[in-house]
Amino acid sequence: MSQPSEKKAPAVRKIFPPAVNEETAKFWKAAEDGKLLYGFCLACNEPHYYPRTFCPFCFSDKVEWREANGKGKVYSYSVMHRSPTGPYTIAYVELQEGPRILTNLVDCDFDKIAIDAPVSLVWKSSDGGAPVPFFTLG
Amino acid sequence: MSIKGKAYVMGAFEHPTREAPDKSTPQLHAECARGALADAGLSKDDIDGYFCAGDAPGFGAMSMADYMGLKNLRHMDSTETGGSSYILHVGHAAEAIAAGKCSVALITLAGKPRTGSGGPRGGGFAAAPEAAFEMPYGGTTHNQYAMCATRHMHEYGTTSEQLAWIKVAASHHAQWNPHAFLKDVVTVEDVINSPMIATPLHRLDCCVVTDGGGALIVTSPEVAKQLKRPKVKVIGAAEAPKGTYGGKVDLTFSGAAWSGPKAFAEAGITPKDIKYASIYDSFTITVLMQLEDLGFCAKGAGGKFVADGNLISGVGKLPFNTDGGGLCNNHPTNRGGITKVIEAVRQLRGEAHPKVQVANCDLAIAHGTGGSLGTRHGAATLIMERE
Repeated sequence: MSQPSEKKAPAVRKIFPPAVNEETAKFWKAAEDGKLLYGFCLACNEPHYYPRTFCPFCFSDKVEWREANGKGKVYSYSVMHRSPTGPYTIAYVELQEGPRILTNLVDCDFDKIAIDAPVSLVWKSSDGGAPVPFFTLG
Repeated sequence: MSIKGKAYVMGAFEHPTREAPDKSTPQLHAECARGALADAGLSKDDIDGYFCAGDAPGFGAMSMADYMGLKNLRHMDSTETGGSSYILHVGHAAEAIAAGKCSVALITLAGKPRTGSGGPRGGGFAAAPEAAFEMPYGGTTHNQYAMCATRHMHEYGTTSEQLAWIKVAASHHAQWNPHAFLKDVVTVEDVINSPMIATPLHRLDCCVVTDGGGALIVTSPEVAKQLKRPKVKVIGAAEAPKGTYGGKVDLTFSGAAWSGPKAFAEAGITPKDIKYASIYDSFTITVLMQLEDLGFCAKGAGGKFVADGNLISGVGKLPFNTDGGGLCNNHPTNRGGITKVIEAVRQLRGEAHPKVQVANCDLAIAHGTGGSLGTRHGAATLIMERE
C-alpha cells in the first residue's frame, strides 16, 4: 500500500486484472503459459475473439481453442494523453489468424505506430490477476 | 404495423441547469418530468406509460415511478442503450401507443456527472462477457471513439480540420443559447490547437460534461388533438445494435447504417427531405460517421460534407444541433439523446432561437449512438414531422 502522503501519480498504469469466469478459465490458464488462445468453430470454420464456448457466427457449440502465433498488424489505434500515469496506446490488432482484438501497444515509440504496422505478442502482468496479452511493434 | 402517425411528441423540456451541486439525481428527473408536463399542458396523473434508462437511479423504472408517484402506469420500459436510449424510447412509446398499451408516455433522463459522484455505470459491466478482454486495456469513450477517427482518416483521408468544422458549427449555434455550457464561437484553429486528448481527437473534439436532464411527453393522436401545443408527429423510428462481431471489427461505420434506412423507409422520405438534423455529438467523429451512415452524404465523404460551415444554420445545407449540441450546449449525465429530440421538437414547432430557427422546418431527424462507437453501441433514429 502506498503512503497517503505520496501525492505523485504511479509511474506505471496498473493493468486491471481480468475477471476470469467458468467459460474463459482455460484462456487465462494458457495465458500463464504465454499462450494466446482464440475460439475456432469446427462447424463453420470461423475463428472468433473474445473467445466463447459457442460460435458467435453460426451458434454451433463445436468450438475448440486454438493458439495464435502472436503475429498481427495494427487495424487502428489511439494514443491516450489524458492519463495520470502518462500516455498509453489502445489498439485493435488484426491477428494473422483473422480476428481483430482489442489490446494495448507497449514497449515502443508511439510516434512510429501506423495502421498496418506489423506487431507481435508480449505479455504483461496485471494488478493481481492473470497476465494480459499486449503487442509491440515489430 | 407501422408507427407512422400513431404518436406525437407533445411535451419537451430541457433542464436549464448545467451544474447542480445542490440537487439529487431523482430530483432532477422529477423536475424534468414537471417541465415536460407543463409544456404539454398535462398533469402527472395523465401519465400511463413511463420510459427511463440506466441513468434512472434504483430498480429499473420502479424506483422512479414510485418516487414521482406515477400511479396510473400500465406500460413501462427501461431499455438501456446508453445515450441513445431516449431517442429509442420515443419509438418504443409510439409502438406502445399504437398497440393501445398507453396514451401518455413520459420519458426522463437526468444526472450529475459534473458535480456529483459517478454516472449511471453500474457494477454490471464487470460481469459483462467482454469485460476480461477489454477492461485491462484502459478503454475510455475518448480513446475508443478516437480509434474510429484514426481508421476513418486512414481509409478516407478525413482530416482533423474537417472534424473541427463540426465543433465550429456547434459553437456558432451555442452563442445564441443562454443556457449553453460553452457559448464562445471557436475556429478550426482553436480546435486543432486545443490539447490532444486521445489521438487524433483534441479537447475541442469532445463534448461537454454537464449536470442536468430532460424529459419528453409522447401521446396518442386523440390526446394530442386536445392539447394546445404545436403537433410534432412521429413518422419513422428504428434501432440497431452494433458490436465487435467475434473479431470482425469494422470501425468505419456505426449502427446508423442499419437504423437510418429503416426509419427513412417507414417515414417514406429520404435524407434530402430533412430540413433539420439533431445528430449525436459525443465527439466530432461521431457526427461525421453518423451523417454518412444516415445517407446525408456518401460513405467516406463526410469530411468534405461537414467542412466550410455546411452544418451551420442559415449558412450550410444541413443545419444541425442548433442548440449547440453536446459539443457546446449540454450533455447531461454523459447522455445526449434526449436533448437531440428536444431541439428537433423546438425546430419543428418554430420555437428554436430566431438566430438558428430553420425556415419552414417541417421534417426533422434525431439520431443517436449510445455506448461506444469503438466497441458496442445502440443506434436509434427518429424522424418527426410538423403537422
